[in-house]
Amino acid sequence: MDISDFYETFFEEAEELLADMERLLLDLDVDDPDIEDLNAIFRAAHSIKGGAGTFGFTVLQETTHRLENLLDHTRRGELKLRRDIVDTFLETKDMLHDQLDAYRNGSEPDAEAFERISRVLQQMALEELGQGGADDAPPPAAAEPAPVEVAASESAAPEPVAQASEPQDAGDRQLAITLNGVNEKDRELLVEELQHFGKIVSRSGDQACYSVVLASDESRDDIEAVLCFIIEPDQLSITDVVASPADDAPAASGNESAGSDESAPESMAGESVAGESTAAERAVHGDAEDDIAQPGPLANDANTASGAAASPAKPAAKSAAKNGGKGGKNAESSTIRVPVDKVDQIINLVGELIITQSMLEQTANDMDIVSHGPLVNGMNLLQRNARDLQESVMSIRMMPMDYVFSRFPRLVRDLAAKLGKDVELVTEGKSTELDKSLIERIIDPLTHLVRNSLDHGLESPERRIEAGKSATGRLTLSAQHQGGNILIEVIDDGAGLNRERILAKAKSSGLPVSDTMSDDDVWQLIFAPGFSTAEQVSDVSGRGVGMDVVKRNIQEMGGHVEILSQPGNGTTTRIVLPLTLAILDGMSIRCGAETFLLPLNAVLESLQPQAEEIYSMAGDDQLLKVRDEYLPIISLHHALDVVGAKTEVTESIAVIVQGEGRRYALLVDDLIGQQQVVVKNLETNYRKVPGISAATILGDGSVALILDIADLHRLDRRKSQQRHESKRHHLQEVSPA
Amino acid sequence: MNTQANADVAMTDAASNEYLVFSLGDEEYAVDILKVQEIRGYENVTRIANVPEFIKGVTNLRGVIVPIIDLRLKFNLENVEYGGQTVVIVVNVADRIVGIVVDGVSDVMSLTPEQIKPAPEFGVTLSSDYLNGIGSLDDRMLVLVDIEKLLTHEEMQLVERTAETA
Repeated sequence: MDISDFYETFFEEAEELLADMERLLLDLDVDDPDIEDLNAIFRAAHSIKGGAGTFGFTVLQETTHRLENLLDHTRRGELKLRRDIVDTFLETKDMLHDQLDAYRNGSEPDAEAFERISRVLQQMALEELGQGGADDAPPPAAAEPAPVEVAASESAAPEPVAQASEPQDAGDRQLAITLNGVNEKDRELLVEELQHFGKIVSRSGDQACYSVVLASDESRDDIEAVLCFIIEPDQLSITDVVASPADDAPAASGNESAGSDESAPESMAGESVAGESTAAERAVHGDAEDDIAQPGPLANDANTASGAAASPAKPAAKSAAKNGGKGGKNAESSTIRVPVDKVDQIINLVGELIITQSMLEQTANDMDIVSHGPLVNGMNLLQRNARDLQESVMSIRMMPMDYVFSRFPRLVRDLAAKLGKDVELVTEGKSTELDKSLIERIIDPLTHLVRNSLDHGLESPERRIEAGKSATGRLTLSAQHQGGNILIEVIDDGAGLNRERILAKAKSSGLPVSDTMSDDDVWQLIFAPGFSTAEQVSDVSGRGVGMDVVKRNIQEMGGHVEILSQPGNGTTTRIVLPLTLAILDGMSIRCGAETFLLPLNAVLESLQPQAEEIYSMAGDDQLLKVRDEYLPIISLHHALDVVGAKTEVTESIAVIVQGEGRRYALLVDDLIGQQQVVVKNLETNYRKVPGISAATILGDGSVALILDIADLHRLDRRKSQQRHESKRHHLQEVSPA
Repeated sequence: MNTQANADVAMTDAASNEYLVFSLGDEEYAVDILKVQEIRGYENVTRIANVPEFIKGVTNLRGVIVPIIDLRLKFNLENVEYGGQTVVIVVNVADRIVGIVVDGVSDVMSLTPEQIKPAPEFGVTLSSDYLNGIGSLDDRMLVLVDIEKLLTHEEMQLVERTAETA
């Protein structure tokens, strides 16, 4: 086992911690911050620092260290929070994320960015805490151990209470680390890791119980966090053997801040570690005497100094800090990380099972129910179980919309500040679930819509007040289920779309428009490529690239976009998406001897065309009159060259379908029925087929093709055109002769 | 990835190169056995419209949709019949699974490098680009088809290349 095996675990955990940190920072009430939240933010930074240190990601460790120092002051109330301070913290968080990405890709993080953020944080520490004078003092960390030693030896009788209050800063002490049931290989690895924290004083034991005495001034949480990358938390127990005197706390913290303000990070880190370990070493000697002299209070310390950083005056915070750490671990053990392809494999297998089950069912249905009663009963049971199983398996792929929504508070905050607007973001239906593949693809279009709403939709505070609205704009993101679809809405209470301006712009860019168009049709114009009505192009939006991309992306996912807008009251952009791409509600139809599937959401109705309802146009094209509407007729056998299909329109069945806003009558031979099918990609082993979106496997194990309504229309057009041309060609050839 | 690894093995270990021999009409062909996934009967093929004739359609191979290509049609053979003897060789090329229809599968043969002669450059329907060579075995002649090159060629319209083929 190699330490690099844990890299991925660390990256994932660190990413989650950063996301937590951002969420907490955004939720923070600047004037009255919740101490619990501050603690949580601090802990997140702390855990990342610990991990980064273990894996040797020095830049990441350094940056978190600096952030952590400031956070520490904040939670102790020494640093008063302000909006710009939170902004800096957020910026640092972004930087940490970049650094993490860099390490993940096996490269070194941007040194310049690191320099910059270090300076910013340093500056803040300087201005806000007035630590500048002390920190500028020339002797860096390496010179510090002397006072520590003095402090250690001077205060021979430590005060248990004071000590418990500041265990983290209590420079040097010994920790007894007990490892239960850890095999030798892991043990070696762990011991190696522990050496990074300080000096190993002694080690003994066997697999069942192995104990290490470590001299280190790292907190127990820190050590635990790192070791838990390798072993389970319950395999580990850490107790203080020797706690160092309380009086050295100032020295230690001085040491820390001196370190954090050193400009050359690499050399600083080295010196600092050297300094600390020397300090630790010396302290061990001093403390060893204490150990003998005062066994009583020290035993107490081991119990009281629980490693949490809160003071005894805040026992609640202290226990919460501990529970917070543990709680995170518990939450982790109730979920498992599984690669998506494993889940997909299960979904595939269950799909197979369903197909086999319906195959068996067909056979069983032909049997005599009297003589085969138990078999038929068993089949019914199997059917129910198989469907339940399919449903449960599909739900594994489902993820809550929170995954998407959670990235917007930050975006909205930053954008609103940039645009000088006051915006309140409301999210509804966070727990609404959507297929993972869709949820990942919805992020970009949704981000675009949110940017648009902020930039064009919501007005500036002055204009809002003029219009008699509250100065703070409201942007709502909501998600809800509706049948087999999910509705995702971006709602703003801004100025609404401007019909005249859109029409004018459409005219000037040569789009076919008329002044009598319905509102819905006008709103759809903004999805035309290159369309933008923004009075001026900002770097947020307005270049006109995008809305067409949004629309295309959503259509690719099998959904569509609607816009509802009222002048003065705002705009609602509604995205309608199928819940999953893996299962489709279909209508199976027959044409000739072949079976096809129509996506049910594209089917409006079906009817038997009467001769008097059919009109012809330009010779070849036929129209079907359905309730005062003339719909083009497309026959499936013509588009897909089906042999042996009914050619007489009045004998076929017309299915009225709608796709990409186009409505037409599709002629088929027969309707078979409605069924749910597992969608299989044709492109995996083959390629895109015109008029076909995907395939599925029917109960008898054969493959049926799923029709692509919009593409079928295009295909038919193309074929008619070809036929037309060849006819003309033919005529031309014939006429000279 | 796996295919690639297999291909590499086939390259380096030419001495023990084994070929699956199949027949199209009276002619004998052979493909690198490492590319062959399985052999099955011809059944239940769903037709696909508006594609070349030699693409018979798609079939369900344990939940995976696999295109089926009739090499007899591709090679312009005269007698194309589908019966109990018609066999589909399922090959794994370029990370795709494709079924090819042949008249029959006879055996698996090891060919030494000496037995493989370079392919003559005169084929029209079957360009020598798609051949690994000609296997000569006593009085038998085996056409060694480079199935990966053949199936991924544009002409086969199996793989979508650019917008122009779409």
